[in-house]
Amino acid sequence: MREKILTFIEKNSRIDLKELAIVLGVDEATVMNELEQMEEERIICGYHTLIDWDKVGIEKVTALIEVRVTPQRGMGFDKVAERIYNYPEVNSVYLISGGFDFMVTIEGKTLREVSQFVSDKLSPLDSILSTKTNFILKKYKDHGTVIAEQPKDERIQMIP
Amino acid sequence: MRDPLNKTIVNIQPSGIRKFFDIVGEMEGAISLGVGEPDFDTPWHIRDEGIYSLEKGRTHYTSNAGLKELKIEIDKFLTRRYGISYDPNTEIMVTVGGSEAIDIAMRAMLDPGDEVLIPQPSYVSYVPCAVLANGTPVIIELQEKNEFRLTAEELEAAITPKTKLLVLPFPNNPTGAVMEKADLEKIAEVVIKHDLYVLSDEIYSELTYLENHVSIASLPGMWERTIVINGFSKSHAMTGWRLGYACGPAVILKQMLKIHQYAIMCAPTTSQYAAVEALRNGDDDVKAMREEYDGRRRYLLHRFKEMGLSCFEPFGAFYMFPCIKEFGMTSDEFATRLLNSQKLAVVPGTAFGDCGEGFLRISYAYSLENLKKAMDRLEAFITELRNA
Repeated sequence: MREKILTFIEKNSRIDLKELAIVLGVDEATVMNELEQMEEERIICGYHTLIDWDKVGIEKVTALIEVRVTPQRGMGFDKVAERIYNYPEVNSVYLISGGFDFMVTIEGKTLREVSQFVSDKLSPLDSILSTKTNFILKKYKDHGTVIAEQPKDERIQMIP
Repeated sequence: MRDPLNKTIVNIQPSGIRKFFDIVGEMEGAISLGVGEPDFDTPWHIRDEGIYSLEKGRTHYTSNAGLKELKIEIDKFLTRRYGISYDPNTEIMVTVGGSEAIDIAMRAMLDPGDEVLIPQPSYVSYVPCAVLANGTPVIIELQEKNEFRLTAEELEAAITPKTKLLVLPFPNNPTGAVMEKADLEKIAEVVIKHDLYVLSDEIYSELTYLENHVSIASLPGMWERTIVINGFSKSHAMTGWRLGYACGPAVILKQMLKIHQYAIMCAPTTSQYAAVEALRNGDDDVKAMREEYDGRRRYLLHRFKEMGLSCFEPFGAFYMFPCIKEFGMTSDEFATRLLNSQKLAVVPGTAFGDCGEGFLRISYAYSLENLKKAMDRLEAFITELRNA
């Protein structure tokens, strides 16, 4: 049941509980209890909205920052990550395999703001060896959703 | 000048939904629940395989019966899903959609005067195909009280010494009815007793919501008297690829293949390569789509119940077949008025046979969001009628 609920709301978290219950073929109380429990267990960590800010005319700059660090004695990666993710400017922090250690995404109003954050806050941290900032020029697809296009029903409208 | 036309074809009526099609196309803001094909696009990995085959220059004919590797995959699929097995060399042929398979099976099996039993409501092509194959269609009118399943009594009552072939269209378009194993066993008994053949159109076989689909060919004594028709259109959302297949005893397939060879040559090559991928790695896609349809089905049933619209619970395909007899209108009138007053298009049950009178076909091959809007319109229309 949990998997079914999650699969559904991962795509559409705005569906009302009654409808979700009907679609899944269970009663509303079950869905409500499961959701509450999963929120408590932090299986569901939040309900967010995917926004194309460009369309609103509000400028936002997002950067993917590759970060190389030296984990310090008794600290490990987790501590370093915590130092990084505590900044509200930081959107996400992933520990990754490959040529560097963390992938950090940062959102700011301007290029300058983001660069300043990197040079003033991020780079000076003790354990950070180097950073490489990649600015996002255009978002095509995010969270499994193609940003630009509105899918259109091109089927012939009456087919036996 | 002489009449250029063949009298048989002139006498065949064009499909009854044309009129609605013309209106819906012109109407601003109309919602249509009249589409008989999946709303999903073909899963990407399948499309990708089609593209890859083009890149590789696989742009030639295949053998008449289809790619060997596809026929092997078809056999594996039918074996793992329905427990029926066919020799890929002589008992399987790949066709241009299930539609072609229906046509050539009838042409290969019927002599003038042979009667073909066609349960209705059902898909629109069986009767014309039977007529074009010089057969005589005999309609069996299915009953709502039986959830539009075919019963042994109805079958028995329609059989004459001329009866040769029974068309078995389940899971059914337009009713959504299914035939379960116990239902089929009773039919099989009558079929064997009267030495009939069965054309089992199982194009919706992957879309059942109660139990796994049962093919009548899997029952004892039935394999040798059944042509199974299936395809990729509904299961893998591949309608535009035009790819289906027919399976059955070699003695029949051999003749069907002759018609196919001379009329068609072979099914589209690109589609065949894509279909190999669909059968090898597509089971999860089918499952995901089935679950999605099932949720919509439950949603519509719930809405019908809420608005007091009578409808039996259908367990197959992606159609609901609610009854509108209480409103004292014909299906055609109801559908026309619904379209004009609420801009909602549905198909009158009569498009699928006279016994569809008093019913509507409502397709749920639409997003939940769309279905919601559509149900609000239907409810408003019904409320208006009841208060009038």
